[in-house]
Amino acid sequence: MEGMKSSPPATKPTATVSAVEMGARQREISVSEFFTKNRHLLGFDNPRKALLTCVKEAVDNALDACEEAGILPDVVVKVEVAANGGTPPPASQATRFRITITDNGPGIVRQQIPPIFAKLLYGSKFHRLRMSRGQQGIGISAAGMYAKLTTGKPVQITSRTGARAPAHYFEVQIDTKKNEPRILEKKQITWASPRGTQVTMEIEGRYQKGRASVDEYIEQTIIANSHVKVTYVTPEGETKEYPRTYAQLPPTPREIKPHPYGIELGMLLKMLQDTRSHSLSGFLASDFSRVSPNVATGICKAAGVSPNARPRDVHGQAAENLYKAIQSTKIMAPPTNCLSPIGEGALLAGLYRQIKGEFYTAVTRPPAVYRGNPFVIEAGLAFGRAPEQAAQAPAKEAIPLAEGEADQDDHELARVIRYANRVPLLYQPSACEITKAVLDTTWRNYGVAQSRGSLPAGPMVIFVHMASVWVPFTSESKEAIAEYDEIHKEITLALRECGRRLGAFLRRRERAHSEFRRRNIFELYIEEIVASCNRLKGGKLATAKLKDQLQKMAAKITGGGKTDEALGKNGGGPEGLPHSIIVTPEGIEGEVPVVSSNGAAAADEPVAAPAAPKDKARSKTKGKAKAAKRTARTPARRRRT
Amino acid sequence: MAKKPRKPTAVEKKLVGVADLVIDAAARRRDPTIAIPVRSLSNVNFNERKGLIEMGKRKQARSFFNVGMAKKFMQTVLVADALSELQRANLTTSLREIYYRTKHTIKNSNENTLDTQDESDPLIEDLEVTLAALREELHVRAENAGSIVGPVVFVDDGDRVDCTRLGKGGYSVPSIVEPEYLQISRCTADFVLLVEKGTQWNRLSEDKFWRRYNCVLLTGNGQPPRGVRRLARRLNEEKGLPVYVLVDNDPWGYYIYSVIKQGSINLAFESQRMAIPKAKFIGLSSADPEAYELPRNVGIKLNEKDISRAKELLNYNWFQKKPWQEEIKRMLASGLKYELDALANKDFQYLTKKYLPRKLKEKDWLD
Repeated sequence: MEGMKSSPPATKPTATVSAVEMGARQREISVSEFFTKNRHLLGFDNPRKALLTCVKEAVDNALDACEEAGILPDVVVKVEVAANGGTPPPASQATRFRITITDNGPGIVRQQIPPIFAKLLYGSKFHRLRMSRGQQGIGISAAGMYAKLTTGKPVQITSRTGARAPAHYFEVQIDTKKNEPRILEKKQITWASPRGTQVTMEIEGRYQKGRASVDEYIEQTIIANSHVKVTYVTPEGETKEYPRTYAQLPPTPREIKPHPYGIELGMLLKMLQDTRSHSLSGFLASDFSRVSPNVATGICKAAGVSPNARPRDVHGQAAENLYKAIQSTKIMAPPTNCLSPIGEGALLAGLYRQIKGEFYTAVTRPPAVYRGNPFVIEAGLAFGRAPEQAAQAPAKEAIPLAEGEADQDDHELARVIRYANRVPLLYQPSACEITKAVLDTTWRNYGVAQSRGSLPAGPMVIFVHMASVWVPFTSESKEAIAEYDEIHKEITLALRECGRRLGAFLRRRERAHSEFRRRNIFELYIEEIVASCNRLKGGKLATAKLKDQLQKMAAKITGGGKTDEALGKNGGGPEGLPHSIIVTPEGIEGEVPVVSSNGAAAADEPVAAPAAPKDKARSKTKGKAKAAKRTARTPARRRRT
Repeated sequence: MAKKPRKPTAVEKKLVGVADLVIDAAARRRDPTIAIPVRSLSNVNFNERKGLIEMGKRKQARSFFNVGMAKKFMQTVLVADALSELQRANLTTSLREIYYRTKHTIKNSNENTLDTQDESDPLIEDLEVTLAALREELHVRAENAGSIVGPVVFVDDGDRVDCTRLGKGGYSVPSIVEPEYLQISRCTADFVLLVEKGTQWNRLSEDKFWRRYNCVLLTGNGQPPRGVRRLARRLNEEKGLPVYVLVDNDPWGYYIYSVIKQGSINLAFESQRMAIPKAKFIGLSSADPEAYELPRNVGIKLNEKDISRAKELLNYNWFQKKPWQEEIKRMLASGLKYELDALANKDFQYLTKKYLPRKLKEKDWLD
């Protein structure tokens, strides 16, 4: 748009349109006009994606607000089919939806409501360096703009900052030409919630389950945000409750100053103009992180600029020298308290609750830096099928197999779920650095099949999260993480650690299985042999005796004790693996998530205390304590009801 | 016929022996183990005096309480069970039907006792060698894959079969030709001509070659099945007919001849009953292209497999005679192989009218 504004007027005399005429047509384009035309840049390419984007922007804002105010988020997402006159069509055929997102956050002060919801590039997150979901201040106003564009309906906001304050109701719409909010309605209303914000938008969309759907977004959000409680009312009218499994807010990230390595020359020039410092060394020391007065003087010396020079006077060649000096000076890595990684415990809790499996593990890498921006990579793995599912499977397969059917394996590939600052990334998986790192990892080393150039095979979910003050997305719609060697390296390291633990688990299990199979083989075949011998002997054989003799020998050969040992039943953590959970038909081993203080989540645990085995003396893992606690609690509740 | 009711009992006793082996081992708390003679080149010897390939003494143990063998052991017992069922009911059946008969899903699992026929076939051969019972005695037969025509009369299930009155098609050789199933009631032929390929057998049959030269024409369509080999052996042994073998001039043809003459490596234990040590190799010899002026362009270039197989043959003990070494080396030197069909290049009836008559006249054969 800059380019168009300043395009040189046509100078050729032969031109039928004069420069004056052209000049009359040249005018400024507002950011909102630009994005109205280029809405795909913001994730509104098609109706299905638009529905997701609207929900996502509103939920991201709600969670950011709650966390910043130190409130455990409690979010209600409601997606309804909007009847455009007449009876509403079924959810799968509807083209219009009303989205309502309600949170228990701090609320928004009255004056700020219109610009936040109806002005693009307005917000608190762009100018500071700390980790948050939103980055630019485009999302929610863009959603409002899309609503205006497709249904003409304004965004409805109700917000209340506390029990003593009144609730304000607004209907706002963006003035696309000016990128300014237009207030259509504002009033004080009575609202049941003591505090929080509610946003309602009516948009054109399409609801379809499956990959990259609203349902998937919410489920994935829960995995990375186990401290959040979500109630989701689907367009079909079903209410899904996702209780909190981790009752601790993630530590609030601190705001940091930019790190000298992370800025470009233009940025440096701008900062030199804007600073309040009076000397160059003071500017360097106070406006950047990790620059001590000593380092600042050193940089000035290296650049050949006086440390006492007025920052505003440093420009041109001097500024360039300064920039080069900064790059060549050794400066400490930026502080990492601006980041708030999920943490291994919370991540494990999220994976365990949302994904059914046998083995879970989580890794949080130490902070690293790319282009002066600190970041943390977290990876997790959920492998296998839950014991309940596994138990169902053989029952299905009991049909005798025909010739050639035996070696039909399911070639299910692993699923990769990607996150940036706790927000699931649902589109453009192949453009994303995370996917590339997963593909580049040699999973075969960890006992997982993988054909060349494709994802590892097996019932597996791979979780990767990048937390950073500035996540390098490939576009404004925040769908894929861009390539940086530092990021790639960190993801790879995290995945390898997960892989190693998975490999250890698989090897252990394989050993136990083969031992079990050994025992099982003999038991199965003894039946066959005894039956055959009996027929050979004309049905006159003492079958019970022969069977007994053979079985005794089988037990002796395969040895009960050794098998149990191989099954990992005698002590140690979850097979000596850190930050992992192993689910077996007998129970759970490992750091099973701590249930929130009110205990509400206990009843909704996916593995509802599978009758904690009393006879089997289990190891002293937390899992056991947990199981015991649960069984103890259940009867108490029953009495209450 | 009188032997019939007694013989199956002998085999059946042997089969029941498998069950006894399991029962005895279990009673003595030993791992039930079947000792199976090894069926491979390393365990065969060529008995030069008898002119036969004989099985060596090496045996492999198949035990039940061994994870790698447990299933095979179980399958072996199952097959023994199915075979004894055949004995009791006095029925014969095919390898494939044995496979289906023994296949079922093991109780409390989704595992089948057998998954393909490839698993059960070797087990039957294992039992044949282990119990020293012929496949025919086990009442297992192969497809009828051979034909015979000529001045010979059989009695098959009480029916008189005169092989001079069966037109061009001849009599389809059953897979079991033991005396209790098939009797040779009359034979006036002078020799047996065993032809590798059906095409040439048909040519000879159509041209009534057998009438002109008073011989029995036999074919096995490739590697001759047991029935054909056994029948040739019986004609040789009981009626004293010399046997001449007519095969392609390639390593596979040589091997077919050697199987007929000395027995096969896999079924070395049956050589005693199958092999015809006096069988002669009548053609196609690697000397024939020159002697019969076959043009070079009807030859086929030996491929790598042919060459390596030929070199293997050179090392077999039963190909050590000087003429045979020369024969094979000559083929390798020429780098070509010739099919019987190539004789048609000269004339459709070249085989009947020129080639065989000259061969027989010149007694041009290898031993």
